[in-house]
Amino acid sequence: MSKSVEMMKKLALCSALVVVGAGHALAETPAPARDGGFGLGRTALPEEIAAWDIDIRPDGLGLPVGSGDVYTGEELYIDNCAACHGDFGEAVGRWPVLAGGRGTLDGEDPHKTIGSYWPYLSTVWDYVHRAMPYGGAQSLSNDDVYAITAYLMYLNDMVDDDFELSNENFLEVAMPNEAAFLMDDRATTELTAFAAEPCMENCRDSVAITARATVLSVTPETEGAAATPAAVVETATAPAPAAAPEPVASAGPDPELVAAGEALFRQCASCHQIGDGANNRTGPMLNNTFGAPVGSHDGFRYSPAFVAARDAGMVWDEASLTAFLQDPRGTIAGNRMAFRGLRSPEEAAAMIAYLRATGGEAP
Amino acid sequence: MTDTPRQTPSRRQFLAGAAVATGAAATGKLVHAQVAGPDPKITELQPWMQYLGDGVDAKPYGFPSKHEANVVRRTVPWLTADAVSSINFTPLHELEGIITPNGLCFERHHSGVADIPWADHRLMINGLVDNPMVFTMDDLMRFPRENRTYFLECAANTGMEWRGAQLNGVQFTHGMIHNVVYTGVPLRLLLQEAGVRTTGTWLLAEGADASGMTRSIPMEKALDDCLVATHMNGERLRAEQGYPVRLVVPGWEGNMWVKWLRRIEVGDMAWHHREETSKYTDLLANGVARRFTWEMDAKSVITNPSPQAPITHGPGPTVLSGVAWSGRGTIPRVDVTIDGGITWHQARMSGPSLDKSMHRFYYEFDWDGRPLLLQSRAHDSTGYVQPTKDQLRVVRGFNSIYHNNSIQTWAVNEAGEAENVEIG
Repeated sequence: MSKSVEMMKKLALCSALVVVGAGHALAETPAPARDGGFGLGRTALPEEIAAWDIDIRPDGLGLPVGSGDVYTGEELYIDNCAACHGDFGEAVGRWPVLAGGRGTLDGEDPHKTIGSYWPYLSTVWDYVHRAMPYGGAQSLSNDDVYAITAYLMYLNDMVDDDFELSNENFLEVAMPNEAAFLMDDRATTELTAFAAEPCMENCRDSVAITARATVLSVTPETEGAAATPAAVVETATAPAPAAAPEPVASAGPDPELVAAGEALFRQCASCHQIGDGANNRTGPMLNNTFGAPVGSHDGFRYSPAFVAARDAGMVWDEASLTAFLQDPRGTIAGNRMAFRGLRSPEEAAAMIAYLRATGGEAP
Repeated sequence: MTDTPRQTPSRRQFLAGAAVATGAAATGKLVHAQVAGPDPKITELQPWMQYLGDGVDAKPYGFPSKHEANVVRRTVPWLTADAVSSINFTPLHELEGIITPNGLCFERHHSGVADIPWADHRLMINGLVDNPMVFTMDDLMRFPRENRTYFLECAANTGMEWRGAQLNGVQFTHGMIHNVVYTGVPLRLLLQEAGVRTTGTWLLAEGADASGMTRSIPMEKALDDCLVATHMNGERLRAEQGYPVRLVVPGWEGNMWVKWLRRIEVGDMAWHHREETSKYTDLLANGVARRFTWEMDAKSVITNPSPQAPITHGPGPTVLSGVAWSGRGTIPRVDVTIDGGITWHQARMSGPSLDKSMHRFYYEFDWDGRPLLLQSRAHDSTGYVQPTKDQLRVVRGFNSIYHNNSIQTWAVNEAGEAENVEIG
């Protein structure tokens, strides 16, 4: 008895709160500050700030002491950058183009490169240093970054091949397109123009379709998106009979291991292809690899580190692949593969099983 | 299911039929569909009615029904060089209301998803401050926090549509957006703790991922409404949304909402880093580019029907649904046309109308089975009206990539199938 009375009271209270809440949804007190602060956190140490404060500004703030020339930059660029950006900054696939494009910005097909578009050289230094090479961020020394930046200037016809960039002459560089940027001006060019009360009735005489997306046919398939909800319901009626376990062939690869390797290979597929029709991309194609010498695919430009390993007689076998897949940079020091490595011997075993099952075995 | 008529007669036919058969139209009664035989889903005992289902804890963290397996983020592989520095899209056509479920919030990474333990993360504030500071996540949880619902839209959302109608699905044309409830510490409280010097007019927000994502943000915005957020929709951030902590920059382009936020530097000028020079600047037809185009203009789109969500029920009562948002305020009004803009109707707004948050609108009509040209047009609380694509092109040209907030057109044919089109 008393329980139900309690409950009714609670319900009454709840509905009262709902009514009040609905009327005051936006009247909210902001989180309060406290005079003198909260005393939370701690003072950052100078060496901690030095470790993290790596940003560079157009006025040179943050630029470290150092230098690098175009020749050194070319070597570093070929080893660290060319696999994605191309030998001359022309780019491979859809990776960013870094050079050329001057005079195209007001055309039909503008090419926005470092030389044609970027307003400040400090942006190049900062970005190469903080984020490149892709998958190996902050692995370049300050001098390396000066050298690569000098080479990128050279690729963009900004300097001759004997140029050396340093913190001393950095601020003398003016980028060709610096003046072609303006602050957001939508307040004057758009906001007032797009604020008129629009027409609601008899707004036009006729309408015709002038462009269709289906003509282009560039949309990914979204299978079963809306077509057959009925079929999904049908499958719920009868439980499938338990499948008889398949006898495991003694010589063949363990299908579970291969499947696990296939899942892991997604980490590799942006650079490597395997199986029918595989080609060299950012990384070499991987057919006929297991049992073959390291670095032996025709047409792929291997790093000097890989060439040296091949010349030393290194062969891809269970042991070498297990080591390499878990620690690519430690196993073949100086190679260009931007991957930190698989996490366990089990993952390496699965990857090797997948490689061998899908064309990776050398004849 | 097979006994259910797929093509139900239109409401008008119902009325006519009713008038002839019974004269009931005069009383306002409708005649509903009749079937030849009983529905076995009703007359036959279904397994879920008879057998026990999973107990509690079968899934300690729950998932959507397995019958909703189609409702997923999707990518457009040709857009980017690889899947690590790439983007996928929220399935807007599968969603209702205004909140995006955490697992469906679109992803944009520049060097993949950083995997950072809560206990290992640090947030540093340095630069033009009296006390450079380091905070742990546990420190952050001791500051007063707020709950706010905001949309996050990538500046490149709809960027593939400048030259013409290209991608055939609202997920792909408009799915670089999500709308969630954030829980976070106002950035101003952290800046006050460090003591910003009077010369501090800008700050640089930096992520801890392998791209070291950086963006310059004016101090005025930082002190106004930015949050340092730890939670989305009640739970800690998803890894792909910046776990353990991200910046929330309400109404401004998504790239500025730095994920895995590790450092805030206070300075006296902008940094002009890669994501605010090479990218996220808007190239105009004359070769000049706008920079620091932070605010997201008012925008709306019809999510249903749309190419991925055709009309499957035939003529008769039809629910048109869509979403609208503005980086400058709320959306008091959305207009809808079903005839390509000859006649417009005010849509019905439904659900919370919150500042810089997604809004839901509906327009119910009786489809007569003839082709439709659907458009929606958002009005925001500043009086701004969403422009047509041609209006925007006059100002911006075809190559600005970012900030395409123009009116979207879907053509629906007699079969109810929808297509992304442009009209003239």
